[in-house]
Amino acid sequence: MVKYIAKRFGQIFILFYVFLALLFLLLDLQPGDISQQFVGNPNIPPEAKVIMVRQLGLDQPKIVQLGHHLWNYSFGMDMGVSWSSYPREVADILFTALPRTVFLFLTATVLSFWLGFYTGKLVAWRRGTVVEKSVMVTSIFFWTVFYPWFAILMLWFFASQLGWFPIGKFITVETWIGSPFSADSVFILMLTSIAAVTLVYGILRLVIDRSTDDPRSRQNLHRIALWSLIAVATVFWAFNSRRTYAMDILWHTVVPVLTLTLVNFAGTTLLTRSSMLETLREDYILTARAKGVPESTIRDRHAARNAMLPVTTSLVLQLAVVIAGGVITEQIFSWPGLGRALLGAITAEDIPVAMGALALIGVLSLLAHLVADITYAFLDPRIRVQG
Amino acid sequence: MADTLTPPTGELENFDPQRVVEEPLWRVRLRLGWRSFRRNWALFNDNKMGVVGLAIIALFGLMALAHPILMATIWSNHLEGGKNVYDIRAGADSIIVTKTIVEEVTDPLTEISQIEAMFLGTGVNIPEIGDTIESPLANPAPPVFSGVKHPHILGTDPFGGDVFSQLLFGARAAFLLGAIAAISSVALATLVGTISAYFGGVIDTLLMRLADLVILIPLLPLLIVVSGFWNVELTMLGILIGILSGLGGTAIILKSQALSVKVKPFIDAARIAGGGHWRIITRHIIPNVLPLSFLYMMFAVTGAIFTEAALSFLGLLNIQQSWGIMINIAHTQGYTLEGFDVWWLMFPAGLAITLFSAGFFLVGRAMDEVVNPRLRKR
Repeated sequence: MVKYIAKRFGQIFILFYVFLALLFLLLDLQPGDISQQFVGNPNIPPEAKVIMVRQLGLDQPKIVQLGHHLWNYSFGMDMGVSWSSYPREVADILFTALPRTVFLFLTATVLSFWLGFYTGKLVAWRRGTVVEKSVMVTSIFFWTVFYPWFAILMLWFFASQLGWFPIGKFITVETWIGSPFSADSVFILMLTSIAAVTLVYGILRLVIDRSTDDPRSRQNLHRIALWSLIAVATVFWAFNSRRTYAMDILWHTVVPVLTLTLVNFAGTTLLTRSSMLETLREDYILTARAKGVPESTIRDRHAARNAMLPVTTSLVLQLAVVIAGGVITEQIFSWPGLGRALLGAITAEDIPVAMGALALIGVLSLLAHLVADITYAFLDPRIRVQG
Repeated sequence: MADTLTPPTGELENFDPQRVVEEPLWRVRLRLGWRSFRRNWALFNDNKMGVVGLAIIALFGLMALAHPILMATIWSNHLEGGKNVYDIRAGADSIIVTKTIVEEVTDPLTEISQIEAMFLGTGVNIPEIGDTIESPLANPAPPVFSGVKHPHILGTDPFGGDVFSQLLFGARAAFLLGAIAAISSVALATLVGTISAYFGGVIDTLLMRLADLVILIPLLPLLIVVSGFWNVELTMLGILIGILSGLGGTAIILKSQALSVKVKPFIDAARIAGGGHWRIITRHIIPNVLPLSFLYMMFAVTGAIFTEAALSFLGLLNIQQSWGIMINIAHTQGYTLEGFDVWWLMFPAGLAITLFSAGFFLVGRAMDEVVNPRLRKR
C-alpha cells in the first residue's frame, strides 16, 4: 500500500511539472511578450522598456525562462504581482480565495457522493418500479441540465422568490460592520472545526473497530461517536462569540452547495444504479440468497460494497464536472473563490492572476485525483497487489 | 489412408457453376449491413429512452433546417429601419417609437415614466406629463412578449431581437459545434487508442501518459484562459474541445477495446497474409472499435455543447449567436432574478441546451446497451 501511494505520489509530482510547463507554453504562444502590454503607453520611454524586458528576464533564452517559471511557481511561491489590483501579490489573492473554493468543492463532492450512492443503491434494488423510473428521469434531467441556467433558477427561486437565502455573495456586509473578526479568520475556524470532527471521528472508528468484533455494536458505537462529536462542535460554536458571524457565512453557503450537489448527485446515482445492476447478476448474490441471508444485508454488504468500485473510479472522471461547475457556481453566486478570481482576471486581462488561478485549480485537481486513487486502492486489494 | 485425402463428395457432384447467380460484392455488403442494422435497431428500440432521445435530436434537426428556410420566405421582408426584425443579432434595436410620458407606466410599449424620459431627453427641460418623446423600442424598455408590428412567437430579447429566430439559429450552431467536436475528438481518440494498442511499448507509454495528463487538466478553466488570450470562434472551439477530450479518457477506453481486438486470431491471420501495419489498423482493428467510437461520439456532443454554452454564458467567446449567448444577454442585462415574469428570455434557451444534451445522452445510453451486451435486459 505504502509503495503504491509513493509511486502515485511520484507520478503526480512529475505531472504537476509537466502541467506547469504547459502553462508556460500557453503564455509563450501568445503573440508578442508581456512587455508588449505596455508598449501602447506613450509615457514609457523606450529605454525603460528595454530595462523592463531585462528585469522580467524576457531577453534570456526560453529554456532559462521556463526554469525560472517552474522554480517560482513551485519553490519560490512567487506567482508575480497582480496587474489589476497592484501591488497585491498573486499568491496573496489566490490563497485568500483557496479555502472558499476547497470548502465548496469538498462539501459538494462528499454530499453528492454519499446521497447519490445511497439513492442509486435503493433504485437499483427496485428496478422496474415507478420510484425507479421517476428517480431515473430526474437524475437524467439534473445530469444534462444546462448548469448555469439551473443555478440562476435556484438563485431566483430560493433567494428572490422565497427570500429564504441571500442573493449570492460570501457575507452580509451590514452584519460585519464593526466586527472584531475578519471573515476569513471565522471561515478558517469553521473549516478547522469540520476537519477536526472528521479526523477525530476517523480515529474513533479505528479504535472501535479494533476493540469489538460484533458488527451491530460496532455500528451503534460509530453512531454514538459521530453524534457526540457533532454535539461537542455545536456546543463549542454556541458559546463562541463568533457564532453570529459563522451563521452568516453558513447562511450564504447553503444555496451554492445545494446547487452543485444536486447536479453531481445525479451522475453518481446513474452510475451506482448501473454498477449495482451488474453486481446483482453475480453468482455470489445468488449464493447469498440461497443461504438465506437477509435481503437488506445482501443489498448493503454483498452488492453495494462491490458496486462501489466503478463509482469511485468515475469520481475521477467526474472531477472535471465538479471543477467546471464550481467555476460557474462561484460566478453566479458571487462566491469569492478561485474560479471567480480566474474569471475576474480574464475579464480584467490580469495575466499573472489568471495563470496563478489556473495553476492552483490544476493542483487541486491533481490532489483530488491522488485522493481518489488512494481510496480506490484502499477499496480494491487487486490494485495494491499489482502496484 | 488414401480415401481421407479425397474431397467430400455429394454436394460437390451436384455443383453446377451455371446455377450460381453472380451477386456483386457491394450488394452482399449492403445486405449484411442492413441485416445487422435491423438486429441492432431491435436492441436499440428496446430502450424507449433512446427512441425519445432520437426524436429530440430529430426535432432539433428540423429546427436547424427551418431557420434558413424561414429567413428566406416568411421572415424575408420584415424590414424596420433598414434591418430585418428576425435577424439573429440586429433585431429591432433600431426601432424608434413615440411614447407618451405618464406618471405610472402600464404599457411599456407606448408609455414612459417621467424619470426615464428625462434620461432620454437632452436634459435641459424636465419633460411634462402628457408630452410625447421618441424612444428606442427595446432598450432600455423591457423585453416584450407579443409583437408590436411583427409577430414574435417567443417574444423579444432585451435588445429587441426575435427569440424564436435566435432559438432556431442556436440549433444550427449547436449541431455545427457538436459535429466538429465529436468527429475530431473521436477520430483522434480512435487513432491514438488503436495505435497505442497495436504497437505497444514506448509509443503506448508515451500516448497513455499524455492521456493521463490531459485527464488531469481542468478543461473549462483552461478554455477560459485560452479564450482570454485568443479570439476563439466556433470552429476553433470545436477543434480545441475535440483535441482535449479526444486525447484523454476516450482514448484510454478505446485503447482497451482495441487491445481486446488485437489478440484475436484474425489479426494474426492478416499479418501472416502479409498485411502491413497501417492496413491491419485501418481495415481490421478500427472497424471493430468503431461501434464504441460512435457511442463516445454521442457523449462528446453533450460535453461540447455544455462547454460552448458555459463559455458563451460567461461572455468569453467570439461567436455570432448561440443558446449560451441568449442566456448571457438576459443575465448581463439584469433579468437574472425576474424568473417566470420574463420566462421567454432564459427558458427557451436553457431548455434547448438541456434537451439537446439530454437527446444525445439518451441515444448514447441506448447505444451502450447495443454495444455492451452485459447491460442488456434480455
